[in-house]
Amino acid sequence: MALSSLQKWFFRGICSASSKPLHVCVVGGGPAGFYTAEKMLKAHKEVQLDIIDRLPTPFGLVRSGVAPDHPETKIVVNQFSRLAENERFSFFGNVSLGTSVSLSELCDIYHVVVLAYGAESDRILGIPGEDLNGIHSAREFVWWYNGHPDCKCVAPELKTTDTAVVLGQGNVALDIARILLQDPAELERTDIAEHALASLRESSIRKVYLVGRRGPVQAACTAKELREILSLKHVQVHIQEADLVKSPLDEEELKRSRIQRRVYDLLSKIASSQPSDHVSCERDLHFVFFRRPASFLPCNDANKVCRVRLEKTFLKENGATGRQSAVGSGEFEELECGLVFKSIGYKSLPVDGLPFNDQKGIVPNDRGRVLSNAGKEPSNFVPGLYVVGWLKRGPTGIIATNLYCAEETVGSITEDLQQGALHPHISLDKPGRDGLLHILQDKNIRFVSFKDWEKINTKEINDGKLKSKPREKITSWEELQEIATQ
Amino acid sequence: MSVFIGGPKAACYFGKNLFGDLEHNRISVTFVDKDGNEKEIKVPIGMSMLEAAHENDIDLEGACEGSLACSTCHVIVMDVDHYNKLEDPTDEENDMLDLAFGLTETSRLGCQVIAKPELDGIRLALPAATRNFAVDGYVPKPH
Repeated sequence: MALSSLQKWFFRGICSASSKPLHVCVVGGGPAGFYTAEKMLKAHKEVQLDIIDRLPTPFGLVRSGVAPDHPETKIVVNQFSRLAENERFSFFGNVSLGTSVSLSELCDIYHVVVLAYGAESDRILGIPGEDLNGIHSAREFVWWYNGHPDCKCVAPELKTTDTAVVLGQGNVALDIARILLQDPAELERTDIAEHALASLRESSIRKVYLVGRRGPVQAACTAKELREILSLKHVQVHIQEADLVKSPLDEEELKRSRIQRRVYDLLSKIASSQPSDHVSCERDLHFVFFRRPASFLPCNDANKVCRVRLEKTFLKENGATGRQSAVGSGEFEELECGLVFKSIGYKSLPVDGLPFNDQKGIVPNDRGRVLSNAGKEPSNFVPGLYVVGWLKRGPTGIIATNLYCAEETVGSITEDLQQGALHPHISLDKPGRDGLLHILQDKNIRFVSFKDWEKINTKEINDGKLKSKPREKITSWEELQEIATQ
Repeated sequence: MSVFIGGPKAACYFGKNLFGDLEHNRISVTFVDKDGNEKEIKVPIGMSMLEAAHENDIDLEGACEGSLACSTCHVIVMDVDHYNKLEDPTDEENDMLDLAFGLTETSRLGCQVIAKPELDGIRLALPAATRNFAVDGYVPKPH
């Protein structure tokens, strides 16, 4: 909309540093939340910004998702932690959207609310037997070995079987396979949760199948992780030569994507490497392509999985998109296993009062601006409400993807501020942080400040020193809160 | 003014050495941001471009602080001659470049480009990330 220069001056005045603070709340303290906070504080000197997170610990999946043997990937928390030095920033841990404070309450007390709470649930297959014991979502297993307080008791049974099937071939699937097959001694000096290390030491798992619906050309993992798993000591990696055959469409796909080319090249090398290359292989990793799960079956124990029924697939092009999908062939086979991990994607959870697209599992939005009416026509922007990260884009990408995602959302907020799209909402006096403190006090909620988190951080690091670990994670809600409130 | 030891190339080197920063073991590096704004800095031989950027308040991200575990310090070498003077990227750097936004034929990680005399005058563009974060045809990156 075209603004007269007087209007532009007026809105710039509203947003200038001298007069009113702009109160912003970011819900979720993972990479999306922190990058958004950093960019908002930098772009707008009048902003006072709070990150709220339901956990007592910040950093989201950097803490609870990145594998313990990938410490360099976690270094980004140093950058996020520097935000705490900014007087215009506060962290509120142990504050949950929905229970501690509602979305409408946040919209009342803040001028701008950015939802960055990610995807804390799982896609499901919807096939028979999915509820049998021994079947876990990747997220649960990863949270378990990373010491997430929600998954301390997940305790997968690693002693009752020698075979695990991982459905999916993305980097999370590779993480799971690597953690299962790695010599536990290699994990002793990482920040893996102690209960997981103890369990892995007694594990009887010797064989892992990584099962994908499509072929090596479409494998979702990336070169670094693949290279890593191929160089595991005492692990023999297997792939069927026949699976490596490429169709013309496959060749086209490879031409378009550098990532896929390099992954395919690495997978091809597996087929040509001889067993004698490895000195003594006690463990096996099998890449299984063109198979999709049809059902899970029990054996003697009716409640526990012992077989996965797989349907062979072939690839078919989606219209003229160049993208190929897996189609069932009607031929089936079975794989015996006592443990299954579904690594088929995370899923976001809806919240009361928030427009949500159930099918895509995201909040309908236009470059981060939340759309009412689930994005269907006619739809309007919900003024002052934005999304960033997985909740905005779906659960894909790396940590850095959120950097650019945050840039886009902050860009939309800035545009809206400059063009008066948030008026008159923005000119209202709002209590911001004081309002949140008030609500939390009324409900007797003891939030965890960044300084409180630093007490947890220090204890974990000190406990870790006793075991040559970078940290010994505290994995129970009670203990986390106890240390935070000391 | 030139000293003919080892031919014209060496002559240029020695010639420059008597004036300018090569005498102080520093090279000139220009960063160009996504809006086209330029900043020229002096970088000591042996320092990485990432470190140099941070010392000069240039907005180059470095999530993993130079440990080859991310692609946020991605820079585009604007002059192919300078690009060719760099050592080939290792597998590890290429693995990270795979994931870089706005990857080009002359892209490198800033933490792996180390200042040396042959790079004097190098121009590095910071990728316009949002340009590649297109809604249409956007291919989600793996994780």
